[in-house]
This record gives sequence, structure tokens and C-alpha cells, in this order.
Amino acid sequence: MSILIDEKTPVIVQGFTGDKATFHAKEMIEYGTNVVGGVTPGKGGQKHLDRPVFNTVKAAVDATGARASLAFVPPPFAADALMEAADAGLDLVCIITDGIPAQDMMRVKRYLMRYPKDKRTTIVGPNCAGIISAGKAMLGIMPGHIYKRGTIGIVSRSGTLGYEAAEQLRDVGLGVTTSVGIGGDPINGSSFLDHLVRFENDPETEAVIMIGEIGGPQEAEAAEWVSKNMSKPVVGYVAGLTAPKGRRMGHAGAIISATGDSAAEKSEIMKSFGLLVAPSANDFGKTVLEALKRKAA
Amino acid sequence: MDIHEYQAKDVLSKYGVAIQPGRVAYTPEQAAFAATELGGWHWAVKAQIHSGARGKAGGVKLCKTYHDVQEAAAGMIGKRLVTHQTGPEGKLCERVYIEVAEAFEKELYLGFVLDRKAERIRVIASAEGGMEIEELAQTAPEKILQVIVEPAVGLQPFQAREIAFGMGLNIKQVSRATSIIMGCYRAFRDKDATMLEINPLVVTKDDRVIALDAKMSFDDNAMFRLPDIAEMRDLAQEDPREAEASQHNLNYVGLDGDIGCIINGAGLAMATMDTIKYAGGEPANFLDVGGGASPERVAVAFKLVLSDPNVSAILVNIFAGINRCDWIAEGVVAAAKGLRVPLIVRLVGTNYIEGRKIIENSGLPIISAETLLEACEKSVAAAKEHRAKHGM
Repeated sequence: MSILIDEKTPVIVQGFTGDKATFHAKEMIEYGTNVVGGVTPGKGGQKHLDRPVFNTVKAAVDATGARASLAFVPPPFAADALMEAADAGLDLVCIITDGIPAQDMMRVKRYLMRYPKDKRTTIVGPNCAGIISAGKAMLGIMPGHIYKRGTIGIVSRSGTLGYEAAEQLRDVGLGVTTSVGIGGDPINGSSFLDHLVRFENDPETEAVIMIGEIGGPQEAEAAEWVSKNMSKPVVGYVAGLTAPKGRRMGHAGAIISATGDSAAEKSEIMKSFGLLVAPSANDFGKTVLEALKRKAA
Repeated sequence: MDIHEYQAKDVLSKYGVAIQPGRVAYTPEQAAFAATELGGWHWAVKAQIHSGARGKAGGVKLCKTYHDVQEAAAGMIGKRLVTHQTGPEGKLCERVYIEVAEAFEKELYLGFVLDRKAERIRVIASAEGGMEIEELAQTAPEKILQVIVEPAVGLQPFQAREIAFGMGLNIKQVSRATSIIMGCYRAFRDKDATMLEINPLVVTKDDRVIALDAKMSFDDNAMFRLPDIAEMRDLAQEDPREAEASQHNLNYVGLDGDIGCIINGAGLAMATMDTIKYAGGEPANFLDVGGGASPERVAVAFKLVLSDPNVSAILVNIFAGINRCDWIAEGVVAAAKGLRVPLIVRLVGTNYIEGRKIIENSGLPIISAETLLEACEKSVAAAKEHRAKHGM
């Protein structure tokens, strides 16, 4: 098992015929992802990478039975693409795009509420590296070869720290069920908590590593939920101990602007809720091993 | 992105927010002339810098004559103003705002933020203006009024009235405050603001309600649809290196340490800084070269990092996803020729074998590292050695 996607999930690419989308769609197909087509308005009826192109997401879903989408759409059109995917009834849209206005994401998330919970699309991203179920399918831009199949779930705001975790897990002899990048923006499509719930319900996942950053209340909310509901060990980490207050550290959402936003505070909150916190980003592998050992003991 | 008070007032007045008559001036003479044009008996001369708390730092002067206005402006223009928000280096004042001063009876607080937890716009208000809202939140949270805006329909007049009555205003004042609150909300929404603060919002003896100060920040990601806001950007208020970095689509934040960092990905950049500290050193900067980093971008990154005289070693840490290590390595080798400080390089991910080969075959004294901790420890040691050798 894995969460969100596997080798059977039929996937479309929104913005399919663009250069970057083409490059990454090829990589995804090579990795084994079931890419069934794509959407580029105005190019419907054409073929791209031997797969059909559609004008609308609805048409693509009707013709291919797609359940998930990878959106490679520039910021001005991203909110529209997400709402289109939600309206077409997809289970999942992963959006890589960096630079979407926060108020657009606010409206997108409000738009999702019009669908009943069991029919509501899950958005992963924006400003993320995507999702990979190791050895099965990839919906994103990560280097697939570093993910060894195994039993650890990864959920991370940062793309590159997710890579770091995957490699360190491999180096200590562990592997990954699914790795989810929730993205570095102030308003994410889905949160740490959303994916921790999925990992808890996934029989194959034995432990989860949650990699946070400065800014926002998400890590604390997730840690509290873990302490009350999660039977599997969760290892935490928060980047940005050395980040000064009030300065944006690259990611639009990585800024210490309120109490509880700093890395030190969040790490303390995680510890207080019983999570094992990796002392540095060099210790992801070691700390997960330690967590598994404690669980077994 | 931040803008000046006079610019924020210009934006807000177009949404029906009441402000005092005012003019911007770039010289003391312009300031005095502005006062004569505006008329009145008293004027406030306000330093235009991207910071709050200007009053306490001498950035706001009340003047009774044209001559006083000119003197006050002369005392601000061309000076660096230090407030508790600017840091010790302060911010350069290049323009002043001359505003007709008026007596007022009450000072209120009105603010709008994009709330990350609620994922909605939040309105914050208090009958106790003039002081900082963070302070009030600590000392008397019960005095803060809050309303969350439903994005599907926007702020409703009843919500604005609840705030206005909650601030203890009479019915005449409530009607005027309501139109200000609604106007601020529309400006916040239309212009993709992330923060808007009217502190103070004042009430005069004759029941008028006026935005006496105004502070606005905007979402950098929305500039593609806000040409009018984008052109208000004042590079003189930004750190020159950060401004230059942003011209090249790089994210740079200057810090106090001595180990320069060139890293891909914001999260890895922060984690590397943290690991440098963990290894006993101090990072000189945050720098994310981003995905798709070309040799040219790497060259610009080196130039930026080296423009900080404190830098005693440079650490390049790349975990390539979209990036390719060989591509980065070529940029690193080109930039490393004649480098004045030691260079530590860690390449992982896509094409790392080719990348490491390019570094090895360059014949340059580049220190390689495999793990994050090893890279940071080697950087700390190299920086220490460099400082000792050069008596820094």
C-alpha cells in the first residue's frame, strides 16, 4: 500500500504540452506512473507523448477515467486550473507551481467547500516537489531514483528536505511508502494533518517523518493530533532555527511573524506532544531508526 | 512588498477611506511649499520609511510655521532613521509627507491580515489605538475585536458595524467608520494585500473619522496583476544585496555570520544554516538558487555572497531534483577560479557522479563533502582556518 497514488492511479497532466510539463511527464511515465493524457485548452484532439490531449479537464476525465492530476500551470491561471480539476471530480490534484497569490489559494480552498467531504478534491501543493509512492508512481518533479521502497512515510513543506530524508532513510537501510510535499506557501491545499491521517490508515506505513519550517500554525496542530490519535511513531523536524524574525526565507510561507512561528517554539511543541525531534537535518535517518526501536521496545 | 504611508493613503482614499490633506516632498523647500499649498495652521512632517514606530524615533514632527516645516524636513531627509523595527542600521529617509494636522478626541486601531490559520482575511480592531497591537494582545486581549471574512461573499456591512459599535463610537461616527472599514477591506482584497494597518484611526470633535496613519504590505506573488502597486516599490528601503538578488530571481537574506551559503531549495537552505550553527559556526546568509539553476545564476550567487566582507568560507550544497549536478558543477568551477576564501561543495541527486567528477578534475582546491553534517563541519573548520591565517 501507499497513500494518494499508486501504479494504477490514472493521471492527467494539466498544462500538458508546455516544456517543463513535457519533461516531467516523460520522467513520470518512465518511473511507471499511469499517465493517461493531458489538458491544454486549444490543443484538444492532438496527441502528446503518445497520449491524448483534451481542451478541458472534464473531457479528459470522461474519456480516460483519470482520478488524479499534476498541474503545471503558471501562477496567473493556477487557481482556475485547481477549481476546474475540483469541478471535474478528480480525487487529487498536485500543483507544483511557485508564485500563486495567497488570496487566490484562499478562494480555491473556499471553492472546495461546495463539494461534500467524500467528493472533495485533495489538493497537494502549491510550491512543492510533488508526491511519490516509491517504486510505484510519481506525481511531481523529484529525482525518483533516491526513493527506495519501504515502510516510512514522509510529509514535508520543503522539497529538497524531503529528498534529504529519502536519501538518509535509504542509507540506514529503510525505505519510503509515500513522500508528500505539501509546499512552502502560506496557504497550502492540504496540511500535515491531512496526510498524517492517511499514513495512520495505511497498513504498510510503520512510521512517519514530518518536516516543517518556520511560519504558520500547521506543525503544532499536527503534533497535537498525533499525540491524541496516532498509533505510529512520528519523527519531527523544523527548519529555520537560525532564521531572523520578520524575514522571509525564500518560501512565501517561511516567515516568523507571530508567537509560535519560530523553529525553536515548534520543536518544543512537537516534543511536548511526544514526537521524537531530529536534532539536525543530518539526523533524519538515525532518528527514524531510534523511533522504530522505541516502538518495538 | 511594502509601500510608504503616503502611497498607502493614496490607494485607500480611492476606496473612500477618509484621510487628511497631504503632499509628499523630496526636499525641505518642497516641504515648506507643500505646507503653504495645503493651508491650515499646523502640519505634521512625517519621515517616509518602510517602518512603523516612527514617532518615537523622531520621524514625526508637529510644526506651526512654514519655517518649522522646512527645518523638520531638513532634519529627516537624507538621514537614516532607526526604529525598533528597522534594526540598528536604520532606514534611509528620502521623502517626507506633509499633512494638515488636526486635533482629535479618540485614537482607535484598525488592522487587516491574511490569517494563515483561518485561511481567511481577519479584521482586528480596538478602541485603544496608538499603541502596538501585539502589546495590547499581550496585556489586554479582551480589548481586541476580531472578525473573520467569508471569502465567498466578502466583508459584510453588519460586520463592519459590529466593529464600529464595539469601538464605542456614536451613530454618526459609526456610519463613517463603517465606510472606512469596508473601503479598507475592498482595497485589501483588490490589491492582494497581506497586511493593512490604520494606527491610529482618529475621531475628531465634530464626529469625523480619519485614517491618520496607514501601512500596507502586498503579496509579491500577485505583482503580475498589480502594475500600479509594483511601481511603488522603493529599492532604497531594501537591503541592496537582497534587491540585487531579487533582480536575478534569487532569494538572499543577509545574516551576521561568516560562512557564505549557496543552496537549492528554501528548506534545505534553512536546514543547512541550522546545521552550520549545530557544527559550531555562523551562517553569513540565506541563499536559495532555486530549481533550474544555470551556471550564470551560480555566478551571480557567488558574487552576492562574496560582496559580504565577513565571508570566510563558502558552502555550496545542492540536492538536485530539477537541477542537474553537472550543470551546477560547471558554474561552481567557473566561479571558483581565483576565489579569495575556501570553498566546500556537496552535490547530491540528479547526475551527482558527473558533477563530482567535474569538481575533482578542475584541479581547484575545492573541498568535497558527502553528507550535510560533513559539509557543514568542513565549512566551519575552513572558515576558522581562513580567519586565523588572515588575522580576521
